Amino acid sequence: MTAAPGVYVRGTARVGGKTVFGPLDLSAPGGEWTCILGPSGVGKTTLLACLAGTADGVVLEGAAGADDGRPLAGRVALMAQSDLLMPWLSALDNVLLGDRLRGDAPRAGRAGCLLGRMGLEGMEGRKPTALSGGQRQRVALARTLIEDRPVVLLDEPFSALDVARRAQMQELAADVLSGRTVVHVTHDPAEAARLGSRTLILTPTGLREITPPAAPLPPRRPDATETLALTGRLTRCLLDAA
Amino acid sequence: MRLKMGQMGRIGRVGRIVLPVLVVVGLWYGVIGLWDMPRFILPSPGQVILTLYDSRVVITENAVVTMGEVLAGIALGAFLGGLSAIGLAMSPLARTLFRPLLVLTQALPVFALAPILTLWFGYGFGSKVAMALLIIYFPVTSAFYDALMRAPADWLALARIMGATPLNVMWHIRIPAALPGFLSGLRLAAVYAPIGAIIGEWVGASKGLGYLMLLANGRAKTDLMFAAVLVLALFTLGLYKAIDALSDEILRRREGR
Repeated sequence: MTAAPGVYVRGTARVGGKTVFGPLDLSAPGGEWTCILGPSGVGKTTLLACLAGTADGVVLEGAAGADDGRPLAGRVALMAQSDLLMPWLSALDNVLLGDRLRGDAPRAGRAGCLLGRMGLEGMEGRKPTALSGGQRQRVALARTLIEDRPVVLLDEPFSALDVARRAQMQELAADVLSGRTVVHVTHDPAEAARLGSRTLILTPTGLREITPPAAPLPPRRPDATETLALTGRLTRCLLDAA
Repeated sequence: MRLKMGQMGRIGRVGRIVLPVLVVVGLWYGVIGLWDMPRFILPSPGQVILTLYDSRVVITENAVVTMGEVLAGIALGAFLGGLSAIGLAMSPLARTLFRPLLVLTQALPVFALAPILTLWFGYGFGSKVAMALLIIYFPVTSAFYDALMRAPADWLALARIMGATPLNVMWHIRIPAALPGFLSGLRLAAVYAPIGAIIGEWVGASKGLGYLMLLANGRAKTDLMFAAVLVLALFTLGLYKAIDALSDEILRRREGR
């Protein structure tokens, strides 16, 4: 992996003349975990699509890119709320999807190793229907990791999991994604309070930054006093914005 | 509703097939009894079964020919329809040029083309396969093409982020995602292809169930005609059921359920 650049989205996004978000100025520093909270329909997913280069039909009056001036294409990986696993492929083949789609030689050894790191040893041959929701998200995380992109976009990846699995996945993701530039969109103030080295609230009027405590560093314990206090502040801001 | 389900359960699988057949047979006998139908207008079910048995050799000989035409038509139609759908999905230029033609193949009544196809491909096997092919080409192509174009946008976005080439997206995402659509096209083909083959045989043939029906009709052997129709219907039904079961099995297996 090359050094992780910071990324930015500036300006206003419109679809068919209707404003989706903005004007705003989002910058996510290189190598840090930026969480974006906000009510539904405020344009969080469109924001990520602008960074991923998949915002078809969206007119961005402004710019999105990396702060090192090089294009973002080819340096971004995405993990979404729905695991986006191909139901006809085994766990291993789902991790190898990127290689196959690019026409590269499939790195089966590396994929198996990553699935092992996700705690999925012995499940490489299983199809998604034979995996639990948590296991499917682990496969999706392994697929994100094998891409080895410096910028990782997370679109509510853990919101379909129960509390315990979500906490486990948050720790695992924080571990394996450290050092990358992460832009993480979520509904859950507690999740942002655990993971964010920066926490932002997106409202129809723009972005608002809530500075997390200097210590402890993420991933913070879910029941630590500082985490709970930050969760409270974030929740208050979301309520005020509503 | 609950009560109905319970009754259905008691009647059972066999009953659900046997009962409607009994109803039809009963009505059939009723019509013959009420209006005193002569045998050459409407033979009784018993006579048809008897003729089916007596003429089993000639019926089998001709049925085998028709079945061969139908199966060849489906195989060829599935292959050409599959390729056409992929071609249309790959290329916007192909869509502009060929989609109107595709609709045209469906707009033209196959009946009208049958004499021409017989002229081009002869009185034998070829023209019947061509008819079956022509009649199923549109449903197969259309069902598969629609499914190819409906691949989930999220999957396609993921593929783009991964740096996929269009050909690889087609091969690794669109085609497998569209397999259920292709299979439902094949199910339609199982029902339509026999129509094509029979029309072909009506227009000009020396073998096949369609030929046998015309022959029997011309000689007022209505019972033989009914027997041929019965065999054709059972074959079509069996073919549909077989393709249906095969599709379900393929989809079930590949998703590991």
